[in-house]
Amino acid sequence: MSATIKWYWFASPQTFYPLAGTLARGCAVAAALLAAAGLYVGFFVAPTDAQQGEAYRIIFIHVPAAWMSMFLYVLMAGWAAVGLAFNTRLSAMMASALAPTGAMFTFVALWTGALWGRPTWGAYWVWGDARLMSELILLFLYLGFIALQAAIDDPRRADRAGALLAIVGVVNVPIIYYSVQWWSTLHQGASVSLTSAPRMAQTMLIGMILMALAFWLYSIAVSMLRVRCIIKEREA
Amino acid sequence: MIAAARCIVARDLLLALRRRSDVATALLFFVIVASLFPLGIGAEPNLLRSIAPGVIWVAALLSSMLSLSRLFAADHADGTLEQMLLGAAPLGVVAAAKVLAHWLVSGLPLVAIAPLIALQYDLPAPLYGTLALSLLLGTPVLSLIGAIGAALTLGLRGGGVLLSLLVLPLYVPVLILGAGSLDMAAAGLAPQGQFLLLGALLVVSAAFAPWGIAAALRISTE
Repeated sequence: MSATIKWYWFASPQTFYPLAGTLARGCAVAAALLAAAGLYVGFFVAPTDAQQGEAYRIIFIHVPAAWMSMFLYVLMAGWAAVGLAFNTRLSAMMASALAPTGAMFTFVALWTGALWGRPTWGAYWVWGDARLMSELILLFLYLGFIALQAAIDDPRRADRAGALLAIVGVVNVPIIYYSVQWWSTLHQGASVSLTSAPRMAQTMLIGMILMALAFWLYSIAVSMLRVRCIIKEREA
Repeated sequence: MIAAARCIVARDLLLALRRRSDVATALLFFVIVASLFPLGIGAEPNLLRSIAPGVIWVAALLSSMLSLSRLFAADHADGTLEQMLLGAAPLGVVAAAKVLAHWLVSGLPLVAIAPLIALQYDLPAPLYGTLALSLLLGTPVLSLIGAIGAALTLGLRGGGVLLSLLVLPLYVPVLILGAGSLDMAAAGLAPQGQFLLLGALLVVSAAFAPWGIAAALRISTE
């Protein structure tokens, strides 16, 4: 079955356009169903946390959003690299289609983190935490990518310039992450560590995985819709 | 290859010498930014002493970024850049030479003038060596990374503001390590770890950034 799928055939924007429409519809429906299930599990089934009370329930949005924010940046840089290396139009379009969704998830992760931090840590924003800082810088990297592409009128140059920036960014992300970690440990002891949190209940994990899948499918749906717009804009 | 690089460095230095005000502006900017903080924060000596490393480094970052937009702009405007692209010398070498010249003009004077700011902030005298060494290791990295951004934003509208958005997030590791080395030294510890990491950043960016700059220049001028 899989041998009969012509992968290269879909590398052309014209033939990918209808497929993107089908994928967008299917993934949007699946994302809505999974999000409904995930939110139900998160808000009604999962037990109240003994230490954090009800405030912890924001992790069902926060953690999947943070996962997606990092995953989408790598994916975007990957598509950008493929576009730069093989000069395929569709890859570059995918990279530009993914950027706004990634930026949105980064913002959601920061925002929900701030809302969770207020009752739990007692502050919306804590400078000492490495994760907060790396996530903030990730947001700036996304915005830089979007701003650079928006500033260039020629789409071909915009694609290639954005690709180079995304690749430089993805090389820098681990460096930034570790430097921020050293920075925060040098100044003060780690006040909050997510890795040493108590093991979570089974239902919490199920809710979080359901939400992560929903966010994943939402990302596919939205980026497919956006890539359809870009195809129409450039190829029509 | 070496001859071409030497020629470009000499040419850029000569150009900078002929237009001394450009160099002076970036330096003056560094001094002014660093002098604004005490006015905004207040004259509490202990507070100033503790924020001095960060202030000096942030000012160095901004000043280095300010001079970046001039790195390729004039050559791009009068067509010299296209000649360099077409020339026999590898573009990576050309880019490295231009960055070296830019650092000699904008980074090295910062190293020289930073002790003056340190004096203003009443930084203890033993820290001056640490400050100079950290700037000496860190500012070339700023020039190298920043040149990629300068090449990408060549000839774009609003290039200067865009450049800061692209480049400043990538400067974060240098800022953290540079200011961190001073904090370590101020606490009476040896800042070797930070120096080694800054040196590693310098080596890695010196090895890879010229090719990134070359790719960016090709994208921007095609």
